[in-house]
This record gives sequence, C-alpha cells and structure tokens, in this order.
Amino acid sequence: MFSFCEDPSTLETARWFACYLTNGVHLQFYQSFLKVLLLLAITAPVALAFGFLGAMAARSRLLPLSLLGKSYIAVVRGVPDIAFFLFFVIALDQAFEYVRHRVLCPDWTDPIRQGSDFIVCAQAKLPLGTAPQWVHETYAFVIAVITFSIVFGAFAANVLYGGMRAVPRAQLETAEAYGMSPRQTFWRVLVPQMWVFALPGLSNLWMVLIKATPLLFLLGIQDIVYWARELGGTKTPNFTAYPHGDWRMWYFLALLIFYLAMTKVSETLLERLMKRLTHGQATTGGEAQRRAAA
Amino acid sequence: MSCWQTIQDYGLRSLGIGERLLPRSDFTLCEHFVLIGSGMIWNVYFGIMALVTGFFLATALAVARMSPRAALRKPAEWFIFLFRGSPLFIQFFFAYFLFLNLKSVHPFFDPFTAAWLGALIVLFFNTAAYSGEIFYGALRSIPKGDVEAADAYGMSGWPRFRRIIWPTMLRLAWPAYTNEAIFLFHATTLVFFSGFPAWQQKGDALYYASYFADKTFNPFIPYPILAFYFILFTLAIIGVFGLVNSRLNRHLPKEQRRRLRLRPNLIR
Repeated sequence: MFSFCEDPSTLETARWFACYLTNGVHLQFYQSFLKVLLLLAITAPVALAFGFLGAMAARSRLLPLSLLGKSYIAVVRGVPDIAFFLFFVIALDQAFEYVRHRVLCPDWTDPIRQGSDFIVCAQAKLPLGTAPQWVHETYAFVIAVITFSIVFGAFAANVLYGGMRAVPRAQLETAEAYGMSPRQTFWRVLVPQMWVFALPGLSNLWMVLIKATPLLFLLGIQDIVYWARELGGTKTPNFTAYPHGDWRMWYFLALLIFYLAMTKVSETLLERLMKRLTHGQATTGGEAQRRAAA
Repeated sequence: MSCWQTIQDYGLRSLGIGERLLPRSDFTLCEHFVLIGSGMIWNVYFGIMALVTGFFLATALAVARMSPRAALRKPAEWFIFLFRGSPLFIQFFFAYFLFLNLKSVHPFFDPFTAAWLGALIVLFFNTAAYSGEIFYGALRSIPKGDVEAADAYGMSGWPRFRRIIWPTMLRLAWPAYTNEAIFLFHATTLVFFSGFPAWQQKGDALYYASYFADKTFNPFIPYPILAFYFILFTLAIIGVFGLVNSRLNRHLPKEQRRRLRLRPNLIR
C-alpha cells in the first residue's frame, strides 16, 4: 500500500504495522465487515416481513392459517437456534436441488438418496459445477440470509403478534363503530398503533440479530470470524513477509470491541426512535411527552 | 447390534467411557438417539454449573449496580455491558485464545483451555451479566412500602437484605430469570463450535448431531432428535422453575399468584 512497504523486515514498529494492517489479506478482512453489515441490512427488513406475515397468519380467523402461524412461532421456541442454522443450510440447499432436479431431469430414474449420498443430475446442481467462484460465494451468502430471515422472522412474528394484541381493544371497537371493514380496521387503526408496543421487543431483537451475525462463520461464509482466525494464526517467515506469533487473541479482542460499538450505537438510535414513536400515543410515555411539552 | 448394546457402547461416549470409535456407516436410529443423548450430558453440566455459580455473582452485580458509590457501581455497569453487548460466540473465541496465551506463560492455566473449565467460566460470566441485569431491574421495582416496613421494624443492613429485599427481588425477577435459564441452556450448544476443541470426539449434543449430518448428508434425522431432547429439557427447566416460583409466592392467595409467562428464547 505505502511506498516504504517493500521490505517489511527492515521497518521499525509503527511503519511495520502501517504496512501489515494494509496488506492484501487485511483489506479482505475489512471487506468481511461490510459482509456483516450487508447481512444485517438485508435480513432485518426481510425478517420483519416474515414476522409480519407470521403474525397476520397467527391472528387469522381461518383455523389452518392461524395454526400455521402459531406453529411457525412455536417451533423456534424450545430449540437452540444454532441447531436451526446448521439444519437449514443443508435442508434449503437440498430442497432447491431437489426441485430443480424434478424440473430439469424428469427422465432420471435413480433414487436421489443413495445410502449416505444425495445425488441429483448435473444440471440441477446449485450452483452449477462450472460456475465461477463468486457465484458459489454469493449462493452461500443468499442461503445464509434466508436462514437468518426464517429464524428471526419467527422471533419477529412473536413480537409483532404481541404488539397487535396490546393495542387497546377500544381503539378497534371505535373503528368498527365508524363502519370500517375488518381489513380497514387492520391497516388504518391496528397497524399504525402496534409499533409502539412492538418496538421494545423489536429493538431487543435487533440487538440479538447483531449478536447472531458471527454465526455466519458456521454457515461456511468467509466472515470476520473466519478472517480473524486466519490472520491471527502464527505466521512463519517462509510464507509471509510479515511473520508474527499467535495473535488470534488480539483479533478477537478487535471483534469484541466492534460488536460493543455496534451495540452502543444501536442503543442510542433506538432510544431516539422510541421517543419519536411514542409521540401522540395513548400510553404513559406519550402522556409524559405531552405533559412535558405543555 | 441391538439397541441395548448401543446404549452400553455409546451411552457415556461423551465422557470418554465405552466404545472409542464413533459409528462410521450404516447409522441406525438408535445410534442417533443414544449418541446425541450422551452429548446432552455436557449441555446439562454446563447449564447447571453456570446457572448455580452465576446466580451468586449476579446477585452481587445487581447489588453493586444499585450502590450509590461509583467505585462499586461503575465496574458492575461495565461488566454487564461487556458481556451483554457482545456475542457469546466471540466471547468464547476470545477466552479460548486468551487462555492459550496464558497457558504458554504458566502451566497453571492448562485446564482452562479445555472446554469443561474454560467454556464454563465464559458461560458463568455471561449468565451472571444477563441475570445481574434482570435482578437489577427487580431491585429497582421493589415496592417502597416493603422497605419502609422493614425500617419500621428496626431492620437494616444484612438482615433487611436477607429477609426482605432479596426474597422480593427473586419473586419479581423469577419469570425473567426462567427465560434466562432457558437461554443459557441453549447457549451451551455453542461451546464446541467456538474454538474449544472436542478432545477425542467428546462433544455435546449438537456436536454429535452435526457429526451425523455431515456423515449422512441428511439433516432431517439428527437435528429433529436434537430438537426433541432440547424441548424435553426446556420443559423440565420450566417445571423446576415453576415449582420454585410457587414456593416463592406461597404467601399469596392462590388467584393472586403470578403465573410464569414465558417469552421466546433468543440467541445471544
């Protein structure tokens, strides 16, 4: 990166670190932080949408639909989430390949599960065996996003379901008295009011989502945990211009600080959001704001 | 091989007792159940030990956080922020590599790099921080009248804490603390996926479940079995904590007792 980096073994400490921290692999390490932020940026809205659908299903008057929504919420309780992550990565991959196999190779007669093997025809492989490396990486990332969204969608569904039920009954009855249809009541009265009740739960969920991102590592993504382990390991002069001992501890300390900073920033922002949402609501918080203003 | 034979061979495999080699092919359902169940020993060990030890530190942390003296309050606040604000997964990694470094300084730290002690310490601190926050919230919502009544009876200091404040705190915190126990129990599955090595393939339930899933490339058998075990143990936790809850609230008339309301459990 810098012009003086040509022969690192002659450099004094400060310059050595300046070169070391800007070499190629470190730039990849910094990019993996973007991967984490990208995951958060995609997963949060998608999970919220999943959660909204789940909550809508759970309070539906159709019994099968409500059972579906409730079991979606309930299944994620009681089981460690990491098990879901490990499960969905394989299960989703196999489901996609199975469907493609059925569509693309209808005249294939061999069974797909042969003993310990899962065999689909070559055209149905995902991604195709001939695909370039970035396709493989993107595919793995997409699977990870879907997995995160399913798991966190269930949590969000639970929170939103609670939020919907917390909206005072009188508000809905008033809407009905004005002659609104159930759909109008839902969209015009219930949905705008439920957020203030759901926000404490959702902000908690956001914190949990941030803290779940290192699990990307378990899904086979080259994320920050992967790079911290890679870069921190002992390096001998034979393989690198920057030999050093076992520095993994320091790399993980850096990750720890990164996550603490993320938590702190989110806390502050969510606090502000809560203040805005409380404005004009029929809750103690809203009442306190009104009194303070008056 | 009969299932009884499998139980004898693999029932205590996670502790290193029984057959040395894990099954390699032609896995039976029985092997799945026995080996994953054997791994549950570790989850129960980590869960119970961390919960019991963490309880005391959590009480101390909550009291320290209530203290008017900054010298006591600040460290407690920082401790809780440190462990609640960062992922448990990263804490495990950091602790493992920290212990590795310490080990090269002094042989005293040898056992710390093994999961049974090193991971237990992380879980202990972690659950202490989370429960400390719960207890702190409970301490802040103790009815003023209770404390005033204690003052009126001439109680102060330790007796007041022991007889009045502490039981009320537990009573208020118990539903949330039950959730924390379930969280913690689920978090124990992270241990063998985060640096701490499963020496001689002595791992926990998830370790064996993922072993089967890797070998058979079929996630639909081992993970549901794992889920089955965890749901069973979660129900057991709810049962035990429910008993304690009714013991804590035994002075109340039956219809006033607060029922345990459980919220969904989340990752840390």
